[in-house]
Amino acid sequence: MRAPRLFRTLAFRIVFIYIAIFAVSAAGLVAFTYWNTKRALDTQTDQTIDAEILGLSEQYQRLGLGGLADVIISRSVRGGQSLYLLTDLRHHPIAGNLDGWPQIIYRPDSFVEFNYERRVGGATTLRRARGRIFALTGGFQLLVARDVHERHETVRLFSTTLPWSLMLMLVLGVIGGGLMSRNLLARLDSINETSREIMAGDLSRRVPVRGAGDEFDTLATSLNRMLDRIERLMRGMREVTDSVAHDLRTPLNRLRNRIDAALRRLPPDSAEYVEIESAAIEIDQLIATFNALLLIAEAEAGMAREAMARIDLRDVVEGISELYGPLAEEKNLSFEVAPSGEAMIAGNKRLIAQALANLVDNAIKYTPEGGKVHVSIENMPSGVALIVADSGIGIPENERTRVLDRFVRLEVSRHSPGTGLGLSLVVAVAKLHDARLDISDNKPGLKAMLLFPHDTVRPVSSRPPAGIPAQLAAK
Amino acid sequence: MRILVVEDDLEAQRYLVNGLKEAGHVVDDADDGEIGLSLSLSRPYDVAIVDRMLPKMDGLKLVEELRQHGNVTPVLFLSALSEVDDRVKGLKAGGDDYLTKPYAFVELLARLDALMRRRHPAAVKTRLQVGDLELDLLTRTAKRGEASIDLQPREFRLLEYLMRHASQVVTRTMLLESVWEYHFDPQTNVIDVHISRLRAKIDKGFETPLLHTVRGAGYMIRARA
Repeated sequence: MRAPRLFRTLAFRIVFIYIAIFAVSAAGLVAFTYWNTKRALDTQTDQTIDAEILGLSEQYQRLGLGGLADVIISRSVRGGQSLYLLTDLRHHPIAGNLDGWPQIIYRPDSFVEFNYERRVGGATTLRRARGRIFALTGGFQLLVARDVHERHETVRLFSTTLPWSLMLMLVLGVIGGGLMSRNLLARLDSINETSREIMAGDLSRRVPVRGAGDEFDTLATSLNRMLDRIERLMRGMREVTDSVAHDLRTPLNRLRNRIDAALRRLPPDSAEYVEIESAAIEIDQLIATFNALLLIAEAEAGMAREAMARIDLRDVVEGISELYGPLAEEKNLSFEVAPSGEAMIAGNKRLIAQALANLVDNAIKYTPEGGKVHVSIENMPSGVALIVADSGIGIPENERTRVLDRFVRLEVSRHSPGTGLGLSLVVAVAKLHDARLDISDNKPGLKAMLLFPHDTVRPVSSRPPAGIPAQLAAK
Repeated sequence: MRILVVEDDLEAQRYLVNGLKEAGHVVDDADDGEIGLSLSLSRPYDVAIVDRMLPKMDGLKLVEELRQHGNVTPVLFLSALSEVDDRVKGLKAGGDDYLTKPYAFVELLARLDALMRRRHPAAVKTRLQVGDLELDLLTRTAKRGEASIDLQPREFRLLEYLMRHASQVVTRTMLLESVWEYHFDPQTNVIDVHISRLRAKIDKGFETPLLHTVRGAGYMIRARA
């Protein structure tokens, strides 16, 4: 399963990594401060204890055990942070303000921390202390300690709240990152949507500029300038094809008119009529070639993108099969259309229909009697494929790329009618739809596959398709 | 029929006008869009032939203006422009048909006939009849004499179109456009195959054929030979 889109955005990842690094360094800093403070406080305590032990040991040496006990008793009643306990070998208290020997691991000459009970009024509280044991001769032991409860509590509070505050920081960071990414995403989405609409044919669309003067505005401005330029180029291209079309069609039209006028004056069975009629047929063939070339140029220049709409390839297959099926049957070919599910793509229906018609026409033309033509739509991992397979003569492997070029007609087809532009048009239509034309061996025969990538399969915007008015379409 | 020709290529205009006059029509001509518009607004025409690119006023604009004035004269666009979406533009502007130059004159005549017939539609018909061939548009059935004819849906539409234009020449392109809704050159004569199948169904075994091939033009359905 893929992570939700928000978590996959660059902005979110940057924010997340930043938060993580920040949390780790903040934790490190806090830990260092904590450790250092604790050490400084401990050292202070330890020095006080050491000083007391030093004083007490001097008293002991001077006055002996009894004198030491007296001193301890007198110090104990003074109160304050200092704690004393003098015991015998069995830890029976002799003097001091601690009730009993605390539960500590006996480690003479090193500092230990332990809990003790203090009675204040009637209540007993468990408090923390830090101290040192001083061994006297004869198994007597002196514990000198200081109450460090306040410090201990502070530290404990610190260590329990730290993980929570870190967690809170992470949560806030992630939320903040999410919001920031969403904001960035929204702006990127508007750019993406505009480019999609432009790719679907609406060249007049522009990326919105907010006027904030930020990086996105700079990007949008550059993109828009680029789009202006593309639109200008496309318009120029259209003007060129239009004027080429116009300048060639006008004289061809006059020629065609003259031939028509001449034909009208001749008796239909005269030799002249037949001669001029065949000239008309030649001209019509010339016109067909010219139209095909122009259409290829337009498709290649992407001009037909304007007429892109959401279409179901099934409709195209159904229509063309119905149109060409009888032609195949006439030639004793078995003509099969494989059933398929819905196959929506964004496309120019007219051009795709023409491309499929060209493929089917070729298949029928080059498959000998008794053969087979099979049309199907297949869902592939990379897109939707429109496939026309036949059992005909096929195309030798070394010629397969060449047949896609303009005007290429293989030796076998030299004498059948056709402009030699059929497959070039299919290639141009494929290019217009970012699709690919694959020609392979059907063993025997030819398998032509038009593969529309999933990108074109994605729905186009809800802009109504540039269609024929309803009353005409319904005619 | 009164026909207006708006065409700036004078030679093309001359051929067009002569051809239409020879075919028995009354023809007016205009060299630019403005004259074309004022003529079409001031006189009743059965059909107007308008070039797509005209001086002073573009053909598209002319038709748009015409339609804005509530004038419904059928308009056939002639265009020398590249064609992929120009046809759509023309029809959107209010044109009724569209023909790319160069065209064959028979094609033009056939389309004009169809347009003019569309202008004067008989009362909504539920039955079409040519000779003893009958087409019931409600039950979608066909019969000739007493024999009922079994037709595929597309064959029915083909026959319906032919019968709606009975005694008129119908070209292959017109059939491809109207019955199949395709606007392209099918290279092979696929239409002929469909016609010959239809012919086998309606004419085979009958003394008088109804479906005729018009040499160099297309097809026609009519009762008398």
